Amino acid sequence: PVSNKSEVFLLRTVHLHWNPEVSELLRAGNKVQCSSFILAVGHNAASFLSVYILASANWDAVGRGVAWNERSRSGTGPSGEGSACVFYRHKDEPAVLICHVTCHIAEDQLFQWTEKVFGYLQTRGLTVTVLSDSSVADYKTADYLCSSSAPFLRSLRSSAFSDQPVCQSLEQPNIITGLPAAVLNHCQVHSIAAVVYQCYSDVTGPDSITMDKYKPVLTKLGRSIQVDSSRSTDVLRNFVRSSEIQSNLYI
Amino acid sequence: MFISSQDSPATFQGFTLVMPAVAVGNVGQLAVDLIVSTLNMRRVGYFHTDCLIPMAGNNPYASGKADAEELHTPAEVYTAAELKLAVLQIRAPIIQTRSKKFRQQLKSWIKASGFSRTVVLSSSHAYQRDDQQLQGTSLRYLMTPSLLAASADALKELGWREMERIPAFPGVDAEPRLCIPGGGITKGLYTDGCAEDLPLAVLLLFCSEGDNIPDAFALVNHLNDWLHLLDGQSEEPKSKWKIPTSWSLLFGSGIPPALF
Repeated sequence: PVSNKSEVFLLRTVHLHWNPEVSELLRAGNKVQCSSFILAVGHNAASFLSVYILASANWDAVGRGVAWNERSRSGTGPSGEGSACVFYRHKDEPAVLICHVTCHIAEDQLFQWTEKVFGYLQTRGLTVTVLSDSSVADYKTADYLCSSSAPFLRSLRSSAFSDQPVCQSLEQPNIITGLPAAVLNHCQVHSIAAVVYQCYSDVTGPDSITMDKYKPVLTKLGRSIQVDSSRSTDVLRNFVRSSEIQSNLYI
Repeated sequence: MFISSQDSPATFQGFTLVMPAVAVGNVGQLAVDLIVSTLNMRRVGYFHTDCLIPMAGNNPYASGKADAEELHTPAEVYTAAELKLAVLQIRAPIIQTRSKKFRQQLKSWIKASGFSRTVVLSSSHAYQRDDQQLQGTSLRYLMTPSLLAASADALKELGWREMERIPAFPGVDAEPRLCIPGGGITKGLYTDGCAEDLPLAVLLLFCSEGDNIPDAFALVNHLNDWLHLLDGQSEEPKSKWKIPTSWSLLFGSGIPPALF
């Protein structure tokens, strides 16, 4: 229980905890070398990266982020247990960094999270790729979308991103919010190449069909890291099964 | 803080700044959209701040495929150098606990940039008007003393009504105060402007949430009566403002045919 505003303010501060090797590097005043930063926001995006990229076991968990807020579940308290925001680095290609974010980062923490993370990265020559889950209910279109069109992918890129995205650009009047928007804003303002792939799905929870929609992004990511695109959709279903048991209210 | 989006930094010395307050019906923001869209203003930089909720989208003023894919952020600065006009557009709500900080960031930037005057476009809840405010025009203005001195003649010609001071709690506390319910940071900006001797004006409309496009047109026409922004345009009045391409689906997606 907290008694005043400044205590709450301190509790809501975003903290990043790095492994000893990275901490030592940062303490010496250096930045983390990074040519490719891949961020997954949401369970489907994170599971997709786990299956196609992280499963190759060439990755080290190098850091953890803590952003305590009103939606943090017990077990992920301000002291930072829980693994809702994890940073991975490739063993052979240390300039490739992946981050999974499956917790809610509140509106007042988004800017801080972004500034802190990018503050640790060497940003020259950096390309940022963000995979983001979203609900099709947030997508506006003149022609009513029947359910068969979801899930689908849309992209948004910063002006410095010169490559071709793997899907259509997000049409007016749609916008993105949350962590992908905060990251894209930072990259736009600081002329960093960045692209957000937003997957609009009509399923709220983990779903293998939704996860599969991110597959075209592998062609771009595969240039800098080894991807296992032979993995079948069955593997994705394993990620889904564990959460289905919790709720059979809506079958 | 202001971050330039161009190779050579923009200069605002002597420019007029027009900015919206995030307020009821988003009228100020819609009006600013009309100004940027009609005058074909060029983006010169971003107002990069931790006080606004992050959002991003493609170019809301796109005129075709060529400029459609350009990323835009929650607060950006546009200029029309030939008119010595700068516009700050704000596209996202201010984070609740950071209202004062945002005002301070704005004031610092305004002072540092050397704007000759600042005009805040805003709105206020129509349902909270008192009896005298119910009559006549729904437009009101406010001006800080330093701007009032320079604009007294123009104001007389325009015949605008100053925002009334009304008792905050009629019957209980009869002391007339300045109240701008639903106006967001409008009152704060105005009182700070008076205290810090900033040449600042507020132009607001009484309105309610709903289809606020007519309110936006009304507000921007009033502004034009004063600043004459459209004098260079050849179109006749009323059809002169250009609606941006992003003003679509304001009330949601298309309706499923099976609904009927």
